[in-house]
Amino acid sequence: MSFTGQSATGPEESTARPAAASQRGLRRAVVVGGNRIPFARTGGAYTKSSNQDMLTTALDGLIARFGLQDERIGEVAAGAVLKHSRDFNLTREAVLGSALSAETPAYDLQQACATGLETVLGLSNKIRLGQIDSAIAGGVDSASDAPIAVSEGLREVLLDLNRAKTLPQRLRVLSRLRPKDLAPDAPNTGEPRTGLSMGEHQALTTAQWKITREAQDELAYNSHRNLAAAYDAGFFDDLLTPYRGLSRDSNLRADTTLEKLATLKPVFGKNLGAEATMTAGNSTPLTDGASTVLLASEEWADAHELPKLAAVIDGEAAAVDFVHGKDGLLMAPAFAVPRLLARNGLTLDDIDFFEIHEAFAGTVLSTLAAWEDEEFGRTRLGLEGALGSIDRSKLNVNGSSLAAGHPFAATGGRIVATLAKMLCEKGQVDGRPARGLISICAAGGQGVVAILEAL
Amino acid sequence: MTDKYTQFVSRGIGKDVARKLGLPQPAVLRRYQPGQPLVPGPVLVQGTSTGADELAPALLSWDLDVRRHAVPREKLGAIILVLDELDGPEDLERPVLAAAASVRDLATGARVVTVSLTPASAPGPAAAAARQGVDGLLRSLAKELRAGATANGIMLADGVTTTSPSTLAALRFFLSGRSAFVDGQLLTVTSDEGKLPADPEKPLAGKVAVVTGAARGIGAAIARTLHRDGAILVVVDVPAAGDHLAAVANEVKGTALQLDITREDAGRRIIDHAVARHGRLDIVVHNAGITRDKLLANMDQGRWSSVIGVNIEAQLRINEALLASEHFRKSPRIVSVASTSGIAGNRGQTNYAASKGGVMGMVRATAPLLADHHGSINAVAPGFIETEMTARIPFATREIARRLNSLQQGGQPGDVAEAIAFLASDAAGGISGEVLRVCGQNLVGA
Repeated sequence: MSFTGQSATGPEESTARPAAASQRGLRRAVVVGGNRIPFARTGGAYTKSSNQDMLTTALDGLIARFGLQDERIGEVAAGAVLKHSRDFNLTREAVLGSALSAETPAYDLQQACATGLETVLGLSNKIRLGQIDSAIAGGVDSASDAPIAVSEGLREVLLDLNRAKTLPQRLRVLSRLRPKDLAPDAPNTGEPRTGLSMGEHQALTTAQWKITREAQDELAYNSHRNLAAAYDAGFFDDLLTPYRGLSRDSNLRADTTLEKLATLKPVFGKNLGAEATMTAGNSTPLTDGASTVLLASEEWADAHELPKLAAVIDGEAAAVDFVHGKDGLLMAPAFAVPRLLARNGLTLDDIDFFEIHEAFAGTVLSTLAAWEDEEFGRTRLGLEGALGSIDRSKLNVNGSSLAAGHPFAATGGRIVATLAKMLCEKGQVDGRPARGLISICAAGGQGVVAILEAL
Repeated sequence: MTDKYTQFVSRGIGKDVARKLGLPQPAVLRRYQPGQPLVPGPVLVQGTSTGADELAPALLSWDLDVRRHAVPREKLGAIILVLDELDGPEDLERPVLAAAASVRDLATGARVVTVSLTPASAPGPAAAAARQGVDGLLRSLAKELRAGATANGIMLADGVTTTSPSTLAALRFFLSGRSAFVDGQLLTVTSDEGKLPADPEKPLAGKVAVVTGAARGIGAAIARTLHRDGAILVVVDVPAAGDHLAAVANEVKGTALQLDITREDAGRRIIDHAVARHGRLDIVVHNAGITRDKLLANMDQGRWSSVIGVNIEAQLRINEALLASEHFRKSPRIVSVASTSGIAGNRGQTNYAASKGGVMGMVRATAPLLADHHGSINAVAPGFIETEMTARIPFATREIARRLNSLQQGGQPGDVAEAIAFLASDAAGGISGEVLRVCGQNLVGA
């Protein structure tokens, strides 16, 4: 793989490189708090809700929690993966519909499932550079209210029709129309270059890393159990605002058991020859929802008498060549994390909370397996051996996407706010600030990862 | 805002029909709007005592047109009947009959306010009889007034004069549109405490106020009214009501705190939030409450314990935290929402009435505990109020319930909020341990 040699950072190289950005005299960007609406399974409570309405609601809940009415925020960035063309200015429109000052600028960003985390990293960097003092990052997605496009054939005909000047010209254009052109073009999660769905791609990776059905079901079970326990403890009381009658994520099954999960039939990887292991229980369903995160400089947070939960330390993006089968579609974080750790002089042992987005249970387990693999560490990461293994009790301790659901662009905001609160509650570990790692895989073979630290 | 029947009989053909058929003719009440005159006409101060002589000039500073003698056939905005020198029942006759001559001249939405001394501190049986007599007189007069006019009384405890801060504050409240749905009530000024506001339109300027159960109904109205009067708001409700709560918080430009008040640490979390976000805590309004109605014979443990838990136990626990906190010591104010059910009882509401009776008991017993810090605690007991909750009562029952008071209509959530805002103000510091009813003088249960 061409980029591993250039970008993966070996131990020698890391000592030669400058210290992490946080140590280079930049000011800190802190997470003040977050707000999201409960996530709803597609076709459920939010079937009639638009992205703009959900994002505006999530913003208004954040404004209410932190008293930001009429406040001019430095910048708001959010995005959606499934986006109507009319929503070209989605985030700015949500800001205008919210209780924020109308003088708050905003922009849309899109990096598939990494959208939410990338808005946090981009805005944090602006804060650290002193370009802005406050920011709101976020994301929203609705698979219920997804855009449906007209077919390419019909689109060309309509555009040509608009350009035609005379009646004969118009008739000639119309005569090109065929019945199949009238079929609408619905969005799907298939990769344009392989035609495979995300689930089928992951099934290849799951099989490659020999991840068992039992291990995947156990991860899904823990996700539901942990998320339900966090709700019961009131952990989400200041992270979430109800919406359309939901006050918890509708995908959460507090009473699920390993036995129940074991009864589900596989849905992906049924034609691979190997045993199919991926079910609806250990894969995330399509989900609707929105999330927001309030970021600020320490000075701004203090001046506004607002809490400072955690600092955004550093982030890293990676991509893999899944098209030619070199790596699995969702394996980019396996490369991004070692690079990020090395740049910050850290190892997996220095992390107190791992937030690894559960696109599929197999994704998390394949990534962990890769890090534990000697050969992968040597040949792909340029290390002397395996990157290492993690203490599973530190993984997704308040649940993750398998239980909460995964409205693509909203997942990053959910994880950042959740982790920041956990870090704040944890405080210090062995005389240093508690540290958390976020890892999010994304379509197109991409991944974005980040480190947060308690203050 | 006013119910449809009241609108119908207030003008045109509806007015004629109602009069000919002898149907109730509720008036459209005079409600407070910032900037409006305090009363709809001149104020007659009736009484010859020193207290009356001292009170009249104090009223001039409110830009009122004050009369010491009635001008025949002049429409009056209010009659203030000062009865603070009664040695026996015979002393009632002269001032009362003098005022009687002016009752017909009261304007629409006018006010009668008596100022007298509490019977409890009377020097002997004759004086006590006269003072208690004011109570019966006032309540009866309230039932005789028409066209949205109300009558209320202020009773002065030992050491309180007609110009004490809270006497003037109570008088201003009763004269204004803020007391639109308060009728036939006597409020005791218990001490000389209290401080009149720099700006009477912003009596809560700079105060940080917490309102529980603020997501909707009366709680949301309280938040809006306190905000209008200048307070900075922390609105509290259960996490499941968070969407409505966020809307209220954004409307009143405050902060939302999603919190179940029955949690063990609710008091600490409320104090922490107010102090961390707003630097202080001055006012706590215990409004959150639930009903789980059932005849006592059919009552179950769940209905009983949940109502007692939310409506009174949570308030007691939160008050304990407030009383122990160093952040709640600068003339703090607590106002609890009780209910006329807790006074007169209500079929099917043994649990609710027990909890609301409990609130009144708590308020009385907590007042001395706050006195050291110039604090006060009071309760407001609403009668029939037009809310989403009462809108669900079947039509006939609701129609009877809302007409059974001297004003022949239900109150608005804002009417309850006005009474709470008044008791939460610095000026009301001399009123503590009291219960003020906002019920339009409910005919049942005194």
